[in-house]
Amino acid sequence: MTTKGSRGLKALVNLALLGGAALTSLPFFLMVFAAVKPAQEAMTASLNILPKRVTFQYLGELFGKLDFGVYLRNTMIIVLISFLGLMFMAADGYGFAKFRFKGRGVLFGLALATMMIPAQVTMIPTYLILNRLHLTGTLVGIALPGLVGGFGVFLFRQFMATIPDELLDAARMDGADEWRVFWSVVLPVSRPILAVQGVLTFIGSWNSFLWPLVIANNQSDYTLSVGLALLNDQVAVNPSIQMSGAAVMVVPILVVFVVFQRHIVQGFVMSGLKS
Amino acid sequence: MAPYLFVGPAVLLLVAFGVVPILVAAGVSLTDLNIRGLGDPDRIEFVGLGNYLKLADDPAFWSALKVTAGFVVVGVPAIVVLSMAVALLLHQSGGRLARVLRSFYFMPAIMAVVAISLVWGYLLNTQFGLANHFLESIGLDPIPWLSSPGWAKVSVGLVAVWRATGLNIIIFLAALQGIPPEYLEAAAIDGANAWQRTVRIVIPLLRFATFFVTITTVINWLQFFDEPYVLTQGGPAGATTSISLYIFQQGFRQNQFGFASAGSLALFALIAVVTFIQLRVRRRQDDD
Repeated sequence: MTTKGSRGLKALVNLALLGGAALTSLPFFLMVFAAVKPAQEAMTASLNILPKRVTFQYLGELFGKLDFGVYLRNTMIIVLISFLGLMFMAADGYGFAKFRFKGRGVLFGLALATMMIPAQVTMIPTYLILNRLHLTGTLVGIALPGLVGGFGVFLFRQFMATIPDELLDAARMDGADEWRVFWSVVLPVSRPILAVQGVLTFIGSWNSFLWPLVIANNQSDYTLSVGLALLNDQVAVNPSIQMSGAAVMVVPILVVFVVFQRHIVQGFVMSGLKS
Repeated sequence: MAPYLFVGPAVLLLVAFGVVPILVAAGVSLTDLNIRGLGDPDRIEFVGLGNYLKLADDPAFWSALKVTAGFVVVGVPAIVVLSMAVALLLHQSGGRLARVLRSFYFMPAIMAVVAISLVWGYLLNTQFGLANHFLESIGLDPIPWLSSPGWAKVSVGLVAVWRATGLNIIIFLAALQGIPPEYLEAAAIDGANAWQRTVRIVIPLLRFATFFVTITTVINWLQFFDEPYVLTQGGPAGATTSISLYIFQQGFRQNQFGFASAGSLALFALIAVVTFIQLRVRRRQDDD
């Protein structure tokens, strides 16, 4: 089908895609370039988004004058805690996929039902519960409410149901106990779904804003997103430092995404959304 | 014992932060719990359905409901059509270029909401923002993006659409990869052109993905919160105050936990009803 018409069509399609991509990513590039512009230049209206002069002064100020080092550390701790949640979801999915036990149907239904509950409904009670547990103002309190999600449990179960029972039984016959089967057989086989869920967990916990904002009392508990929100009043004064802070949040996530993006699409294919 | 140890931790957390909060919200919504009651449980009073009656009497609640409905009506078709169109084009193009561009379209979806608010605030700034400077350079009047009620709605809606398309494009792309190429080859042999193949074969085969994207998009707009919260704080004059934002303001700004819980349960009921209707309509369509 390499007729003249189809080649012309392809060129048109690519042109439309390029235009759309440029428009969609414009705010991102505006951010990256404004981050290295001198404040004076960033506050001058211009159609040229490229910097005339490059400076890393504001990036330095974030970590020097401001506490972005602390915020970054806190954010990384939250991400680490959330990976514990990833393991919980994997174990949960495995239990539901490969064992028959009393209450399985009810518990799995319960896990799925939590997907339909909007965050705003649970927000106030969750705050009250965390307050009662004396976890407000702690990093654990920030991470705990979002540690596991019904959707993640569902995806793990779907994937692990496809692992052949013979594989597990062979390991058991070799004398492996249930933890060993999970750790040395199930997890390695589940690498594709772990990659997808791992990336989504990383993005979700790195970006999380509302809980850190509601739960954190002291500046020493702030995450990057809360610290960045503090720069909100700088817009008329110093957009460069705002854009530097935003870039510190966005660029690491973008790198993670670009490295893993093929897994993410594959993950959605696997999860059965194709049918 | 093994299965319970495997499912235990996650189920416990889901119950603690998914199921229990609903029950707590239901209980709290029948009381006058506020900041004083938080410190001293003796001061909490049972008010029955009082909070719900107060809610029904509050014009701000109805205004928030209307604002949210407006976003659903305009925003759902915008997101579904736009992400399906981009996915179809990316699939049609195929190859390395499409794979690279896919990342560009996904970029907004992975940006932190605070970063988004700062970047768009800068882009839409009325003194030196790129958007108005561009309009002026082609001879148009500048636009009060975030300071006029009408334009503020447009701006937060635009940012939300921009942010939501990435994930939905990926969902449609995954669905497109599942369509057997033989279907399209057979149609091509029968003389169907690219447009006919897309409209008559591909789009109908995307039915399940379209349904999934529609239902999640409806739910997301009903819970619309992030963009107005960070860009306009619900203003000007409540023009962008969604139900979620209204609940948040009542709960965490005014510390009216009981009243806000009643609002959140009303929202939960609304979402449940809308989702149920969509599932019913879909089932009926499948039966035909």
